[in-house]
Amino acid sequence: MNKHIQPDLDTSPKVSDEIRKTTCYMCACRCGINVHMQDGKVKYIEGNRDHPINRGVLCAKGSAGIMQHYSPARLKAPMKRVGPRGSGEFEEISWDEAFQIASDWMTPLREKHPEKLAFFTGRDQSQSLTSFWAQQFGTPNYAAHGGFCSVNMAAAGIYTMGGAFWEFGQPDWERAKMFMIFGVAEDHDSNPIKLGLSRLKERGAKIVGVNPVRSGYNAIADEWVGITPGTDGLFILSLIRELLAAGKVDLDYLIRYTNAPYLVNCDPASDDHGLFFYDNDGKPQVLDRATGEPLPFDQQGVKPELATDYTHKGTLYRPAFQLMAEKYLVDDYAPENVSERTGVKPETIRRLAAELARTAFDEEIVINQPWTDFRGEKHDKMIGRPVAFHAMRGISAHSNGFQTCRALHVLQILLGSVEVPGGFRFKPPYPKPVTGHPRPHAKPVANSPLNGPHLGFPQGPEDLAIKANGTPARIDKAFTWENPMSAHGMMHMVISNAHAGDPYKIDTLFMYMANMSWNSSMNSRGVMDMLTDKTEDGEYVIPRIIYSDAYSSEMVAFSDLILPDTTYLERHDCISLLDRPISEAEAMCDSIRWPVVEPDRDVRGFQSALIQLGAKMKLPGFLNEDGSAKYQDYADYIVNHERRPGVGPLAGWRGEDEKGSGRGAPNPDQIDRYIENGGFYMDHIPEEALFYKPWNKAYQDWAVERGIFDKPSPYTFNIYVEQMQKFRLAAEGKGELQPPDHLREQLKMAMDPLPTWWQPFEEALVDGEEYPLHALTQRPAAMYHSWGSQNAWLRQIHGHNPLYVSGEIWAEHGFEEGDWAYLKSHHGEIQVPVVRMDALNPNTVWTWNAIGKRKGAWALDEDAPETKKGFLLNHLIHELLPPKGDGLRWSNSDPVTGQAAWYDLRVNIRKAPTPDNLQSEPEVPAQKSPVGQGPKNIRYGKDF
Amino acid sequence: MTTLPQSTHKKLGLAIDLDICVGCHACVINCKEWNTSNYGAPLSDQDAYGAEPVGTFLNRIHTFEVKAADKPAQTVHFPKSCLHCDDAPCVTVCPTGASYKRVDDGIVLVNESDCIGCGLCAWACPYGARELDAAEGVMKKCTLCVDRIYNENLPEVDREPACVRTCPANARHFGDFADPDSNVSRMSAERGAVPLFPEQGTNPVNRYLPPRPKADIQTDGDIDILAPFLDTGSAGKSGSSTGSTSTSAKGLLGWLDKALEAI
Repeated sequence: MNKHIQPDLDTSPKVSDEIRKTTCYMCACRCGINVHMQDGKVKYIEGNRDHPINRGVLCAKGSAGIMQHYSPARLKAPMKRVGPRGSGEFEEISWDEAFQIASDWMTPLREKHPEKLAFFTGRDQSQSLTSFWAQQFGTPNYAAHGGFCSVNMAAAGIYTMGGAFWEFGQPDWERAKMFMIFGVAEDHDSNPIKLGLSRLKERGAKIVGVNPVRSGYNAIADEWVGITPGTDGLFILSLIRELLAAGKVDLDYLIRYTNAPYLVNCDPASDDHGLFFYDNDGKPQVLDRATGEPLPFDQQGVKPELATDYTHKGTLYRPAFQLMAEKYLVDDYAPENVSERTGVKPETIRRLAAELARTAFDEEIVINQPWTDFRGEKHDKMIGRPVAFHAMRGISAHSNGFQTCRALHVLQILLGSVEVPGGFRFKPPYPKPVTGHPRPHAKPVANSPLNGPHLGFPQGPEDLAIKANGTPARIDKAFTWENPMSAHGMMHMVISNAHAGDPYKIDTLFMYMANMSWNSSMNSRGVMDMLTDKTEDGEYVIPRIIYSDAYSSEMVAFSDLILPDTTYLERHDCISLLDRPISEAEAMCDSIRWPVVEPDRDVRGFQSALIQLGAKMKLPGFLNEDGSAKYQDYADYIVNHERRPGVGPLAGWRGEDEKGSGRGAPNPDQIDRYIENGGFYMDHIPEEALFYKPWNKAYQDWAVERGIFDKPSPYTFNIYVEQMQKFRLAAEGKGELQPPDHLREQLKMAMDPLPTWWQPFEEALVDGEEYPLHALTQRPAAMYHSWGSQNAWLRQIHGHNPLYVSGEIWAEHGFEEGDWAYLKSHHGEIQVPVVRMDALNPNTVWTWNAIGKRKGAWALDEDAPETKKGFLLNHLIHELLPPKGDGLRWSNSDPVTGQAAWYDLRVNIRKAPTPDNLQSEPEVPAQKSPVGQGPKNIRYGKDF
Repeated sequence: MTTLPQSTHKKLGLAIDLDICVGCHACVINCKEWNTSNYGAPLSDQDAYGAEPVGTFLNRIHTFEVKAADKPAQTVHFPKSCLHCDDAPCVTVCPTGASYKRVDDGIVLVNESDCIGCGLCAWACPYGARELDAAEGVMKKCTLCVDRIYNENLPEVDREPACVRTCPANARHFGDFADPDSNVSRMSAERGAVPLFPEQGTNPVNRYLPPRPKADIQTDGDIDILAPFLDTGSAGKSGSSTGSTSTSAKGLLGWLDKALEAI
């Protein structure tokens, strides 16, 4: 027997030489991180305790940042293609040569046809810069990735309540007593959500998860509603019906803060049918109970009716609320009648409605904080309705997603739970009225900047991006009658439209950080074919492709010129209030990245490269009057660019005295101040202004001081979206701007000014018996899109992705452990491994997104599990719907916003023989790796 | 064979809350990240970018489905690392004395310079909590971040294991189970914490806090709160035709009139 020997241990070893505080970019969450440096290398990354987003915690992705930073898949230098497209054969070149090639391609386009450049930027966190660059170039063809991500969520939020979930708002984690979460990917905003769920649990709040799959957040929810995909809108409208029928709605809130009392023209023959009744000053009118007369909605002391007839000059008007009540209090939305479709029992719908009502109204919160509203009325307290909601792509990536998201927001508003204690709260610069956003601009003029920002929120048909000849102005056909409110553009349609030359041919496709030849496109195989297709004279159909990425992704192989980006620890960035902010409900915040490590390769931050290329191409915004470059790099731009006088990318430490918050002259030391403060800036909102922000005079004044607005901009929430009705009127033949006849019926259905639900398009077109199942993807908490597979630590967690099959399907098909299956849609068939999962909607199969990889990509071995067993569901999804028989091909997207309807996919499944080589199908031949392959074994940390 | 101390002054360990663990793997990776650069040999990864990547981890999460009759299946995420047992069989089985339990705080450690990599301890551990590092040939295990919890180079607030500091859901708690007033002892008492496999006789220190009883859910069908008041019966104020509107819509409009009067 050995005796107990206890060696002397040094329990206070050196931790690191230095901590450098910056912002994570292992996903889009943008947490603050402490990067511990030792001997010039990154030793350890932890969360920054002072940071508003993550308050010290850090997820698996963030903690694996070292492996991303030192990834063998990092690109090393600019490259030009030397083999055929898709082969991955490249030659390294200098930056001078790369810029010369890019300029030689793009400058002639600007001189004649700026629209022949399509510039789309993927998962860009610098859209304020990239859109500015595209405007200066003059092409109308710019957007980021929102069209294939969550534009339905964002646009529905902004049209309905002037803000949206995640970046623009958050649940009141500290006060909510009931929380419902619908379809949320676990890799986005994940640290704030996990922190919040933990607070809810500590306080005994009830969490309801609505999701076909019970993973992640749904696993810890108190109640799981395993809804059938694509039916969330119907479920929500049924909740709304129950609440309306019971009178469990916040009438005081509705008449004060929403357009529920606005009088709506109810004369179907009128040219203004469905529009509001305005006075001569252009103010919407409500019918005052005291006087029986219409008065402006914002008049002090007005007491509006919510249901009554009012006739003016022979035209009948009714309040929007009445139209809503009449629409929803019908049997179509009765729990019994939605139960079969949604897969939710009628008694569950009724009970959840009751629990929402009880929590909102019987557990009202009162905060004794006086405040004054925009009508000038003083309130001595703040009333809270402690029910909060959150949702994301699960409800939005459907062809009925926009209206579903609208329905959810209307539910929140009916409960009086937006911008009140316990409910959903906006984060500066939100709230912001939809009318306060830009409208789309799409008129290119040779050698000139575009006439305004590309993306925006159409207020009516006059804002569509349609040329005089009736054809789309944009290559992605955003802002057309097919999808009028495509506020984030439609990046997912760019390659197929450019390949088809529809609506026109382009010359150069310039993309950043979007793996469009693989997991970011529907129909990945088809997209690879389009990217490599040649004309009769041997030229590529899409003549030139410039791409910027930090890593050897699948898209690199399909590009002609590569501009290698840095890792997130090597770059300057600003997480700007002009872009996708990181504010909190109680503070205006922004942050930076800065090079905590200098690149050891010939790479440049994409934003710096773009600025330098802009100057080389003599784009107006990037040159001084003497023709010299206006900005040396992105850091210079971040500090010195002004969007409006005194308002620039960063809000903190502006002005000569460095005391400017939001407003103030550029401060050359601004980035140093951010670094000293841990990489971020935070300016707290005063107590009086913390709630009711859209209507709170103190908040509005505070926001104006900080440059969020130039004048107070109070507004009411849109239960009824009048802008949508304008498109419907056009579809009915009214007005000068008219849609093509084949779109009239779709517009009448889709542009309903009140939330509605329709059967997902693909489901309506395919044979339900032939394709009885729903197929989905989810993103795991420990991976961000395609990035994680190059990460030696993360790929040990999610190295391949089985198809998860419900117990019902498993039994029906007699699957056994280790089996494989054919999964077939109207568009294609794949052969994949299956695994049983019972905590799953019975008619649904799903898999993790973007784990499957092309051989040769990401510096992985060609036999890596990601390339063998791993697979993409994308092969089954087409960007077009199956033919309807009308001779037209309709897009597989939401008819309001154009959002890609990924989650509408219908499939069938059958057992497949286990392949001898355990290879999923389709197998795409390998691309050559321009960076070689990662080392066999690693021992990170051996140097410390 | 190696002896255990008769008793330890403290019993440091983890209370892991299964009610809130969402299975995100933050603890798994942050543990790897800290420990590969700190105590002992690095945590290596074999075939790191290849066909069968496998590395050393001191903490892993297992995911289970729990199926009960008449209830929807549940997903449970179960993080697992060394439980720092009072009667640690991994120590007593060690032929060289490399495995030991600290008298001061009860942490079970491996003295890597004495470890011959025989693997007996991993075999003896009923929890599968030890992993032999393939590159170094020594046994690796959770140290409770012994190089963090007393580390005077760290701010006091950070002197806790990396997995605890990083957990976004606050599902991991560190403390002294020998002290009945410690955070972990109180939490364990309140929540009815359970040891893992007590029948193995290892007397683990770590505790698991079971999922809380689900929030009070009324039984489906009990919907008094939504009982409509629509039997007030009065139609909309205008009395005009409301087309296809159902009777309940008319009832609502009648109620509205009264309700608005009350505001």
